[in-house]
Amino acid sequence: MYVAVKGGERAIANAHSWLAEERRGDTAIAELSVAQIREQQSLAVNRVMAEGSLYDPDLAALAIKQARGDLIEAIFLIRAYRTTLPRFGVSQPVDTGAMACDRRISATFKDLPGGQVLGPTFDYTHRLLDFKLAAEGDAPEAPERTATPEAVPHVTAFLNREGLIEEAVPDDTSPPDLTREPLEMPADRALRLQALTRADEGFILGLAYSTQRGYARNHAFVGELRIGAVAVEMDIPELGFAIEIGEITLTECETVNQFTGSKTEPPQFTRGYGLVFGQTERKAISMALVDRALRWQELGEDDVGAPAQDAEFVLYHADNIQATGFLEHIKLPHYVDFQSELELVRKLRREAGA
Amino acid sequence: MTEYNFAYLDEQTKRMIRRAILKGLAIPGYQVPFASREMPMPYGWGTGGVQVSAAVLTPEDRFKVIDQGADDTTNAVSIRGFFERTAGVATTTHTEEATVIQTRHRIPEVPLREGQILVYQVPIPEPLRFLEPRESETRKMHSLEEYGLMHVKLYEDISRHGHIATSYAYPVRVEARYVMDPSPIPKFDNPKLGDCAAIQLFGAGREQRIYALPPYTQVVSLDFEDHPFDPSKADHPCGLCGATNSYLDEVIVDDAGGRMFVCSDTDYCEARQAQGHRGKDAA
Amino acid sequence: MQAQTLEGGFANPPADAAHAFRGVMEAMARPGTLHQLAGATPPAPLSAAAGAVLLTLCDTETPLYLAGDADCAAVRAWVAFHTGAPLADAANCAFAIGTWQALAPLSGFPVGTPDYPDRSATLIVECDTLDTKGATLTGPGIRDSAALSLPDPQAFRDNAARFPLGLDFLFTCGDRVAALPRTTRVR
Repeated sequence: MYVAVKGGERAIANAHSWLAEERRGDTAIAELSVAQIREQQSLAVNRVMAEGSLYDPDLAALAIKQARGDLIEAIFLIRAYRTTLPRFGVSQPVDTGAMACDRRISATFKDLPGGQVLGPTFDYTHRLLDFKLAAEGDAPEAPERTATPEAVPHVTAFLNREGLIEEAVPDDTSPPDLTREPLEMPADRALRLQALTRADEGFILGLAYSTQRGYARNHAFVGELRIGAVAVEMDIPELGFAIEIGEITLTECETVNQFTGSKTEPPQFTRGYGLVFGQTERKAISMALVDRALRWQELGEDDVGAPAQDAEFVLYHADNIQATGFLEHIKLPHYVDFQSELELVRKLRREAGA
Repeated sequence: MTEYNFAYLDEQTKRMIRRAILKGLAIPGYQVPFASREMPMPYGWGTGGVQVSAAVLTPEDRFKVIDQGADDTTNAVSIRGFFERTAGVATTTHTEEATVIQTRHRIPEVPLREGQILVYQVPIPEPLRFLEPRESETRKMHSLEEYGLMHVKLYEDISRHGHIATSYAYPVRVEARYVMDPSPIPKFDNPKLGDCAAIQLFGAGREQRIYALPPYTQVVSLDFEDHPFDPSKADHPCGLCGATNSYLDEVIVDDAGGRMFVCSDTDYCEARQAQGHRGKDAA
Repeated sequence: MQAQTLEGGFANPPADAAHAFRGVMEAMARPGTLHQLAGATPPAPLSAAAGAVLLTLCDTETPLYLAGDADCAAVRAWVAFHTGAPLADAANCAFAIGTWQALAPLSGFPVGTPDYPDRSATLIVECDTLDTKGATLTGPGIRDSAALSLPDPQAFRDNAARFPLGLDFLFTCGDRVAALPRTTRVR
């Protein structure tokens, strides 16, 4: 005799208990603290903050712990939390020109004011597994020098002085906010940049790579990549002036791209821009390339039909929380739809005499 | 733990959704954009329906959630639990008792009545999406009432298969104006969309759209004079309650090809069994 | 700030707004039916129902047009304190409130665009009387036909003729509300 499946509630509760047990793993092994994750898995923390659109290393670390290290799941936890937070106001735009740089490199000039600062980079590490790390070791110590005190000028400003690069015209319009308004096409550059900075790193990386391989190639040079802390300031109406409310670390990438020109305009380099929370340079460089590819229309370039030129395609598919939710929803029961297809196929086959 | 607002969403978000619902009711079948919020459950798992339910629920409501017609499928259980926790509303599995019903993929078998609200979870609200992936284009097609492409697609089915090969999410025309996706309900349920006494609200969270059918709205499934719409279903009675007019799940009962058919609407089936109806597979 | 400004809001906003919204939604979904809206006591000349509608639907994201006598210091202050809705003229509003005479002419309100017909104004019409007698209504939300005391049936016929563009109306009187979406056919 057949009895319909019951007990979804108990199944869910048991699954959650099992999940919690698996999260903890072998209890003979010491438990990870949130502080350990924050300090020792900081690049994972940075990615979660960037794609979660919430700058809070402690919460990001907690989310990583809760998500068992699944970063998209951690980003999801942060997003769902973020959306419940009240908004007290809007900060002033951060001044990346005043950044206290930990890292600052330019691929376009051998030397320049402010110098090339490698900073804490994997770039020239040989990717050899360090078995010493498998054993617990002493904390390594790096040599120190006094931080560059003055603000480091932007590389593109040097080009701008000669008129060699397109002017980035200051604009005081409030940017749209895709977390508060439905995404609408065509999207202006501010909206596109907002979407890109919280977009999935892998998706943006793949798109950027595709431009390098010829799908809307835009000949990007990393004019400058800088990573460091900037002050966040907010106008306080009661005080009548802005005060610093905190400090965040950002990665900024400005690319210098292929020049354009016309009969009326002399040739000029163009720009791509990436700005991302935390030390996240793969993402920032990718973002700059995709930003540049998406600007084809305003720069009078041809639509070569490349994915990275297609704002609607890029923006509607770049969010990993939307993507993973919809992708994974096909795990949910679809008995009803499948049954209707089954009946249809049976009927068509019957009529075809199969 | 932070206390969340009644029905989870903050009041400003609810106002935004409520405004979208009213415009949806005023323009039946038209998809109103809304700033869907990130919910504590994945996109694609009912976030649109959950936001619509959160915006319409009052503390006095009696809430029912079904997925594939059943109250005890895991995602239905999860969503019902969410509102029990965040809104403190009473819940029920009985269609007649419920004032707000959230559904995925089915319309209950028992006709709905005035005073009830049916909230659909919608994955892809745009009926033209699979013909034209660009939102900018489909929006234009709706504004110009350019639905020829849809008819061409349905007609191509007929020439290839002899039938319209769409068996669920079968497109409808609302009040002779907007072509609407009824969500992935089987076409068997399509006739229940029109002239329904209840308010029907559709929420697509990831796609950020809300649309609506007021009660007693004219809803016509697209078809052709020589190929009229056919809402048929599997030609079997329910194995448990013997119903001949309900939509059925097919259940594989052994590894020798044995199968049986049972009502997908579990409340309907249980109510019939309680009234003494028995199917051939019932104990 | 006047005490009157601070008072008259919902005592329990989540529940009161939920009840009021259900009333407004039922009204919009079933043209020609009357629903009670309680919980708000706005300053004169606004009715309790109109006050509840404003508290339920308006906020900083909805430009509001105050027409005629509704555009007074007491209402402005109350609206600002309880909803934060920015005041706007007829051409730029999402909601408008006033008597039928004060709201006229209807031609000045946004009716939406062919791409976005939802971007149209909702007019809250304060009425001296409101009952289910008068013009005959048919269309979505109405099983056979309904009736409603409408100020000027021809204006609503003209509005319906523009579908899917058009205005949507809420009629308020005392603590009652009725509605007429653009889809309703008026005879």
